[in-house]
Amino acid sequence: MTGLIGKKIGMTQVFGADGSVLPVTVIQTGPCVVVQKKEKAKDGYSALQLGFGSKKNQRVNKPEQGHMVKAGKGAFQVLREFRSEDVAPYEVGQEIKLSDLFKVGDRVDVSGTSKGRGFTGVIKRWGFAGFPASHGTHEYFRHGGSIGNRSYPGRVFKGKRMAGHWGDERISVQNLEVVGVRAEENLLLVKGAVPGAKRGVLLIRRAVKGKK
Amino acid sequence: MNVLEQIEAEQIKKEAPSLRAGETVRVHVKVVEGEKERTQVFEGIVIRLSGKGNRATFTVRKISYGIGVERIFPVHSPRIDKVEVVSRGKVRRAKLYYLRERSGKRARVYEEDN
Repeated sequence: MTGLIGKKIGMTQVFGADGSVLPVTVIQTGPCVVVQKKEKAKDGYSALQLGFGSKKNQRVNKPEQGHMVKAGKGAFQVLREFRSEDVAPYEVGQEIKLSDLFKVGDRVDVSGTSKGRGFTGVIKRWGFAGFPASHGTHEYFRHGGSIGNRSYPGRVFKGKRMAGHWGDERISVQNLEVVGVRAEENLLLVKGAVPGAKRGVLLIRRAVKGKK
Repeated sequence: MNVLEQIEAEQIKKEAPSLRAGETVRVHVKVVEGEKERTQVFEGIVIRLSGKGNRATFTVRKISYGIGVERIFPVHSPRIDKVEVVSRGKVRRAKLYYLRERSGKRARVYEEDN
């Protein structure tokens, strides 16, 4: 089973079949083109490399051009691999459509790059409470406080929550329900939020956990 | 029109009720009980209109057995069968939160005189 590459359009709400209000993320996805087949014998693992979106030919360098020409569908904005045990039924140049993979009621996992927040302090990044605004607090309002003990253990534990760079990392959200599939417009509606900003690149796969 | 606006526009009912704060309305709500579906009526004063487009909601307040009850309905919800306007109230503000603090005769909204 492969997945699809998509682009986050944004969030809105729709009414479900029973009239309940569902928060949904709209994802533009597919058709994705098989650009390369990785095979166990040749590459040591089996996967499909898919291309999505388009970019101008002049923006593609020569080696990339040679690679994409094999699929014969122009230049792609994004290339991503999807691990797949059985790649035999797919051909290079074949289009994989949204309706081939997902239908309403399915569960999917969505991966993307979260919004970058830059260097953030502990209050924003980890939800620390900070210090009182009065009662003698001096130049210590948004600090994290103590980070450890004394000569034993004599070090700061790994993973201690401190200030630092937050966001702009790969995040996966599991088990989102597919609320709508609009095949003609290549739109997928999933319940709930997905990582990243609008126009961000997303990978959509069949859910690995949860009930079938 | 972009994709999101298009999806939102599809959610909107064609014959959506045009309401105003202060109106006394009868909201016919479809409720599913086990297998059967029936219509329930919620009658009260519209105290708030909120949101726009497919997100629009209105709040209806009534006094039920001496207890104030407020219910928020999405304007475009498929569960709402219809909304009847019983009377139009003469009110001077858009949000009638002041009704919450009042009870009895003081909690009245006078009918608009035509």
